Amino acid sequence: MASGATVLMANAMRQFLDFEKSVAELETKIDELRQMSGSEGVNIADEVGRLSEKAEKQLRGIYGKLTPAQKVQVARHAQRPHAQDYIRALITEFTPLAGDRLSAEDKAVVGGVGRFEGQPVVVIGTERGSDLETRLVHNFGMARPEGYRKAQRLVELAARFGLPILTFVDTAGAWPGIDAEQRGQAEAIARSIDVFLNAPVPVIVTVIGEGGSGGAVALGAGDRILMLEHAIYSVISPEACASILWRDPKQAPTAAEALRLTAQDLLELGLIDRIIPEPLGGAQREPAKALETVRKAIAAELPELLGLEPALLRARRREKFLAMGREAVT
Amino acid sequence: MSWMTEYVRPKLRGLLKREVPDNLWSNCAGCGQMVLNKDLERTRKVCPHCGHHMRALVGERLAWTFDDGAFTRIELPKVPVDPLGFRDQKRYTDRLKDARAKTHLDESMAVAHGKIGGHDAVVAVMAFEFMAGTMGAALGEAFLTAARLAVLQKAPLIVFTASGGARMQEGMVSLMQMPRTTIGVQMLREAGVPYIVVLTNPTTGGVTASFAMLGDVQIAEPDALIGFAGPRVIQDTVRETLPEGFQRSEYLLDHGMIDLIASRGELPEVLGRLIGLLNVRNLPVAQAA
Repeated sequence: MASGATVLMANAMRQFLDFEKSVAELETKIDELRQMSGSEGVNIADEVGRLSEKAEKQLRGIYGKLTPAQKVQVARHAQRPHAQDYIRALITEFTPLAGDRLSAEDKAVVGGVGRFEGQPVVVIGTERGSDLETRLVHNFGMARPEGYRKAQRLVELAARFGLPILTFVDTAGAWPGIDAEQRGQAEAIARSIDVFLNAPVPVIVTVIGEGGSGGAVALGAGDRILMLEHAIYSVISPEACASILWRDPKQAPTAAEALRLTAQDLLELGLIDRIIPEPLGGAQREPAKALETVRKAIAAELPELLGLEPALLRARRREKFLAMGREAVT
Repeated sequence: MSWMTEYVRPKLRGLLKREVPDNLWSNCAGCGQMVLNKDLERTRKVCPHCGHHMRALVGERLAWTFDDGAFTRIELPKVPVDPLGFRDQKRYTDRLKDARAKTHLDESMAVAHGKIGGHDAVVAVMAFEFMAGTMGAALGEAFLTAARLAVLQKAPLIVFTASGGARMQEGMVSLMQMPRTTIGVQMLREAGVPYIVVLTNPTTGGVTASFAMLGDVQIAEPDALIGFAGPRVIQDTVRETLPEGFQRSEYLLDHGMIDLIASRGELPEVLGRLIGLLNVRNLPVAQAA
C-alpha cells in the first residue's frame, strides 16, 4: 500500500493503481485502436465508443465503492494536483515568500501572497513534489521545524494586513529526522496550531491528498476544513498503525478501515465541514476539473467568513474545535 | 567496581528474586542495582545509586507535588467512549476496561488542586500507566477542565506530561485534541495565569506537539525522553546512529527547547518559587511582596 504500489503504465503516461487494472486494459485497447485507425484508415469509432463507455462504467463502479485502503492509494497518487498546482490554478499575482527568518527556508512548505478571485490572500501549503527531483527539493512534503515556523510567520503577516488564509494540506507527516528534533519539531508544530487558532483573519483549510497527523494539523486549525472526496486525514499512517497495533504492516488495509480516515467518515464524525467532489476516477484523472471544483468550494465559503469581526471569528473557531468529539455520533 | 558488585551481586539478585517477596526490592532501570522499596519511598522513586528517576504513578506525583501531600481531586467530564468503534486485535473498549482495572484510574490524566509552597495551584498529571499516557478525547477534556479551573481560581496550572502520543484507537478525534488542548493554553494566557509544564519520561508525539511545548516555563525531569517522533521511527527513517543523549532532557536544554531541569527532590520548591514570582497579579498583596 505504499505510494509506489503496483502502478501500471498505460496510455498517455497515465499511472493506474492496482485496483484500476481493468480500466487500464480497456484504455490501452482504445489507444491501440486509435493508432491502428491512423495507419490503416479503418473506422473504429464505434468500437472506441463502446470500449470508452465500458471503461467509464467500470471506473464508476470502482470509485463508487473505494475501500479506505484504496482511498489511501488515491490520496497519495503521484499525478494528483499538489499544493503548487492549486496555487498556480487558483491564485493570481502569486508572490512566493520564503524563509522562517530564523535559520532556513524549508521547501516542504510553500507559501506567499496573491489573489483568490480578486481578494488578496495568504496561501500556505505542504508540497510533496511530483517527480524524483521535485520530491527531493520538497522533502516529499515532510516539513522540518523551519517549515512550520515559516507558516507561522505567514499567518502573522496575514494577520497584520487582514488577509484571509488558504491552506492546502498534503503531507505524510512532519519530518522524523535528527535535525528536526534538534531544532524543536514538537514546539514548531504546537506553536503553529497556536498561531493558526489565534489568527484574526479567516482560515480555510483544504486537505487535497494526504492529511498526515501532526504535520497536517499544524496547518489545519481553520474556520472551515474542506476535504477532497478521496483525500484522507489520519492521526497515524495505516502502515504505522498496523505495525504497532497488529504488529504486522501487512494489516495496513485493516488499519485504514479502523482509523476512519476517509472524508466521508470524518464528515460523519463532525470533524470536517465539507467534502469537495472529485472528477470520476479521482482528481488525478482530470486535474483541471478538480482544481476548478476546489476553487468553487473555497469561493463558496470565503464571503461569509470575510464578514466576521476578528474577535467573533476567533471565538467561533475555538467553539468549533471545542465541540469536536464532545457529542457521540452514531 | 569491585568483583563483589560485578560477580556476587548478579547471583545474589537471582537468589533474591526467587525467595524475597516482590514488594521489598526494585531493580533500577538506570544502573541495574537493587534498591529497597522503602528507600525509594523516601527518595521519591529516584535511585539512590545513580539518580535515575523511575516512573511515577499519578497518586505519587500528586502527593509529592502539593504541600504536605494534601490535595483535592477534581471530577472530570465524561466523553463519548470509543467514537470510532475501534477494534484491532482487541476491542478498544476492552483495552479501556483492562487499563481501568489495572490502574484504578478513569483515564490518562488526573486533575487536582491544593497548595504548592503556600500558593494555590491546579495540577494535571498524565498517567503513563494508563494506555501509555495516550491522548484521546478524555484527556483533552481533562486538560480543558484543568485550564478552566485554573482560570476560575486565578491559580497557575502545572502539568506533568508523560505520553506515548496520540490514542490511535480514537483516530482523528485523538488528533483534534492537539488544537483543543492548545485552546486551553490560550485561555490560561488570556487570563494571565502561569502555565508550567513539567516534562517527564517519556513525552512524545501529539502531546509534545501541543500543550506540552507551550508552557510559560518548561521544566523537565533529568534524563527524560522528550520528542515529537520516537527514536525508533527516526532511526528507521534516517538510518543513522542517533547522537548520544538524543532527545533527553539535557539535550533539549542544550538546544534551547526547555528552561531548566529539576530533580524530583527540588521540584516542589522550584514550582512554589516560580508561582510566587509569576502569579503576582493574582496573589494577595501580602504574598506577592
